[in-house]
Amino acid sequence: MRLYVEVARRTYARISTYRSATVAGVFTNTVFGFLLAYILLAVYDERGDVGGFDAIDAVTFVFVAQGLLMVLGMFDDTEIADRIRTGDVIVDLQRPYDHQAWWAGVSYGKALYYVVFRGVPPFVVGALVFHLRLPSPGNALAFAVSVALAVGVAFGWRYLLQLSAFWLLDVRGANQLGWLTAQFLSGAFLPIVFFPGWLESVSRALPFASMLQLPVEVWLGQYDAGDLPWVYAQQIAWGVALVLGGRYAMSRAVRRVVVQGG
Amino acid sequence: MASLGVWRHLVGARIRADWQYRTSFFLFLLSQTAVACMDLAVVASIFSQVDSLAGWSGAEVALLFGLSGVPFGLADLTISQVESASRHIKAGTFDLFLLRPVPALLHLSASEFALRRAGRVLQPAVVLVIALVVAPIDWSVETVALLLVTLVSGTLIFGSVWVVTSSIAFWTVESQEVANAFTYGGSLATSYPIDLFATWMRRLLTFLVPLAFVAYFPAARMLGRDQPLGLPSSVAWATPFVAIASVLAARAVWALAVRHHRSTGS
Repeated sequence: MRLYVEVARRTYARISTYRSATVAGVFTNTVFGFLLAYILLAVYDERGDVGGFDAIDAVTFVFVAQGLLMVLGMFDDTEIADRIRTGDVIVDLQRPYDHQAWWAGVSYGKALYYVVFRGVPPFVVGALVFHLRLPSPGNALAFAVSVALAVGVAFGWRYLLQLSAFWLLDVRGANQLGWLTAQFLSGAFLPIVFFPGWLESVSRALPFASMLQLPVEVWLGQYDAGDLPWVYAQQIAWGVALVLGGRYAMSRAVRRVVVQGG
Repeated sequence: MASLGVWRHLVGARIRADWQYRTSFFLFLLSQTAVACMDLAVVASIFSQVDSLAGWSGAEVALLFGLSGVPFGLADLTISQVESASRHIKAGTFDLFLLRPVPALLHLSASEFALRRAGRVLQPAVVLVIALVVAPIDWSVETVALLLVTLVSGTLIFGSVWVVTSSIAFWTVESQEVANAFTYGGSLATSYPIDLFATWMRRLLTFLVPLAFVAYFPAARMLGRDQPLGLPSSVAWATPFVAIASVLAARAVWALAVRHHRSTGS
């Protein structure tokens, strides 16, 4: 366990050297926050409530979600798949540590950095212009727990997607499709309460709502203390299912590995 | 013209190369189509909650969506590869493009050409055709001409935005995400009536990053609606001139950027 905590710590240090990339990312998240916020506010000119969200909830959702995108790593990076494609993965597999836990450490290290440097600034800029909802201390704590679980769910999905490199050679198409689906169904483009009822049900029945929609709903105080265990249970169940799926896929994949050369 | 021949050859080679990995090609084509479909699903979801947005009906917003999506897809297919300049500068391989007897921009965009991006054009094209039938357009010869001019101009404007924002990479290499705010953000902004944005954003989209000319002004004229910011209806016909100005500006910025280039290689 100490090893993986150390991996997370080193990843944090590595990512924190790319300062201008962070500034550029914050700028982009903020621009998207503004565009989406105005689009949703136009909806609230027509009606006062959408699926239990008022205008302040919706705009708050947009800025919290923009801040969480990088925390969850909801973009199609190919860090794990690249090592499979080049054959370097064989070195990783020979070492005395768990491949999946190593990459989980990387994900949590990144998440910790991004939650501070990519999560907070768009929200602060948004709050200068729009009326945003701040959580009560209790909800803030509940939100932090929910985000930590969401990072695990997103990691489980990322690991599975990138393992497809064992079968596909060029993983980018599958990867992009996988993250687009995740972004859309998790509410990254539009809170899922804006979906038609059937699509919202589909989204809530899949792991994607656990990545983004549920944590932000916790922030907004949509759940009281009695409901929270149910939210966490869903997130944990999906996290465990995806991680076990990843372990199973890996156990299948290692039987296929052929490394060229000697 | 000779460069165009080279471009065709390079693009042909890229298409044949991609075709070797057929599963990946189709998955990628599918995912590119899915990108556009999800943008549409967002609009459709919004209109499942309301009948109009900032006074625009669903059919009218669909027209904006098509007029924005088709040029964005065409620019994505042909020129968005300029994004990779950032990667080449970091790796020191940008020199390669400067050493060839073909304009660097042409060579760069051809060598990274990917036919799968056509998926970005197909879906908005379908929406555009449907919107042209359903939306209350006052059809005349002028409307048809405006439509064609708008599609070409929109492609040039999006392409210029891509070139200008990607040129930032010559000064700060870790800046790719800033470009995304203008290209993908621009695609989002142009898919909706600009009336719903704050006044300063409408001014920005009209005068500084002229994305309002891609879809909004032409669509407003085709639908016989009033233009915003007190502009006359004929502002729609400024579109081709804005496109030409954008291309000239992009050329100048690109030339300046390439002159500024210092290689990391040795």
